[in-house]
Amino acid sequence: MSATATPLPASRARLGLRAGLLVALLLLAAMPVLNQLPVTHPLHVSDFLVSITGKWICYAILALSLDLAWGYAGILSLGHGAFFALGGYAMGMHLMRLIGPRGVYGHPVLPDFMVFLGYRELPWYWLGFDNFAFAMLMVVLVPGVLALVLGWLAFRSRITGVYLSIITQAMTYALMLAFFRNDMGFGGNNGFTDFKELLGQPLNTDTARAGLFYASLIALAASFLLCSRITRSKYGRVLTAIRDGENRVRFLGYNTTHHKLFAFVLSAMLAGVAGALYVPQVGIINPGEFSPANSIEAVIWVAVGGRGTLVGAILGAFSVNGLKTWLTSAAPDLWLFVLGGLFVLVTLFLPKGLIGLLKGRGA
Amino acid sequence: MSNKPPKGGRRLYLDGVSVVFDGFRALNNLSLIVEPGELRSVIGPNGAGKTTMMDVITGKTRPTAGTINFGEVDLTRLDEAAIANLGIGRKFQKPTVFDALTVFENMELALKAPRGPLACLRWALTGEAKTRIDSTLEETGLLDRAQDLAGILSHGQRQWLEIGMLLMQDPELLLVDEPVAGMTDAETEQTASLLVRIAGKRSVVVVEHDLEFVRALGRRVTVLHEGSVLSEGSIDHVQNDQRVIEVYLGR
Repeated sequence: MSATATPLPASRARLGLRAGLLVALLLLAAMPVLNQLPVTHPLHVSDFLVSITGKWICYAILALSLDLAWGYAGILSLGHGAFFALGGYAMGMHLMRLIGPRGVYGHPVLPDFMVFLGYRELPWYWLGFDNFAFAMLMVVLVPGVLALVLGWLAFRSRITGVYLSIITQAMTYALMLAFFRNDMGFGGNNGFTDFKELLGQPLNTDTARAGLFYASLIALAASFLLCSRITRSKYGRVLTAIRDGENRVRFLGYNTTHHKLFAFVLSAMLAGVAGALYVPQVGIINPGEFSPANSIEAVIWVAVGGRGTLVGAILGAFSVNGLKTWLTSAAPDLWLFVLGGLFVLVTLFLPKGLIGLLKGRGA
Repeated sequence: MSNKPPKGGRRLYLDGVSVVFDGFRALNNLSLIVEPGELRSVIGPNGAGKTTMMDVITGKTRPTAGTINFGEVDLTRLDEAAIANLGIGRKFQKPTVFDALTVFENMELALKAPRGPLACLRWALTGEAKTRIDSTLEETGLLDRAQDLAGILSHGQRQWLEIGMLLMQDPELLLVDEPVAGMTDAETEQTASLLVRIAGKRSVVVVEHDLEFVRALGRRVTVLHEGSVLSEGSIDHVQNDQRVIEVYLGR
């Protein structure tokens, strides 16, 4: 008998999945184009749908990042919204600096809220944010460093499971309280808004909106390719092994702290990118983004879509948010009950999520 | 017998090791020496300290007192991963293979190679590595299961996969905890001959309840009782030792 130890050929289900992804990507990419058609045209896509889809794409990146940490490495973060919000704040700081003298108070440098609060000069941590490249670096660096410090402390002390989840939840809650304070220098509960331009483009034009939409779509595709590259490498299998038996992996000679830290930091950086793309599209960032409920919702997207599959995370982000958009206008009081119920139902009856359901059909 | 010590073979040396959990002495002044290339069986009733002995050697538990050396290295100062990388592999009582991965991927994970995240990201399976994995799979009788998920293996096959994974780490010393628990007679026999083949090139310490299996291994036996060594010698010697009969065999 010959050695059977060769990789399996891509199965039909897998090919089908890839084709489906490509079609979905093309459909999404067509949306801003179809938006340009006259309103009466049958294929016209409304402004509302384009802008909300742009948001969902950012949520899908957040879901992917969470899936890398939770679905593969088994780190159930209930504070991933914090990394998203920090990326958003970094982008928001850049957008605030770009307003320049066009603010209500017309101050050449200080954003309106600082003039209002009596700041004389820009706090040191706002320096450099007028530079796009610096701001983009901070978009990944700030969430990354926070994840590094928190993760190093937690993983080194072998804090796992529920305890780790509670710590991440506490982190986002603490950040929310901190960002609500006016003297933090981040605009207090109003946060940042009234953005004017980005990269020389006024934000209120169709071109800018389409540009942000495509930037988000490209970021989603790139994040997906990056995550699938990672999870299909031996490193991805080490993460899966840590998820299923961390102790055993240690006895194989792997320093699991380093491996988990690497995944956690990378995941936080991706979440930061998602937040940075989100903020100019919605036009505002405030401490509400740190709300623990946001992080929990992100976990539910991943659970509903099917964790540990990447595609499931994207699917979950789109489907749960689609449901939310529809339900919050149809029956706003019901949404939180439906969200909670969804989580219970998926946990009990669909442990592999929507993607498990689709694969079950295909097999 | 071709029990030549392997090149650079190191001796496992435990002296006066005690472990106290909340006043309970799991190990009590335990001393034990395993020579390079030796196959040693460790037996003893439940609670005799067999698993705790494994735990202190592999860094899972810190001894309250005593010395544990592997060659010149003081094991009490190292963590699990460092001890594993030093060349001490451990098979747990309950087989813990990674169910979500294939048999081949389990072996690949265990294969001795750089262990850092970046090294694992860049890892590409070379022909040499594949040959090593395949030959170990052959030795453990799992070659035709290479692409199956480990989760669907039978109990005996999971045990062999674990032993195979240990071998991939290329350890100098293997600690094997109850390898034949729950195995059929045929599987037990195969496991005994597998362990005998492995020893010689490497030191092997087998913890076992099954006296027939220990007899089949046919080497030096250490009997533990209440955390220290009660008797040591050939299987016939310990089976005829009056103290051993009292605490263990006679019950």
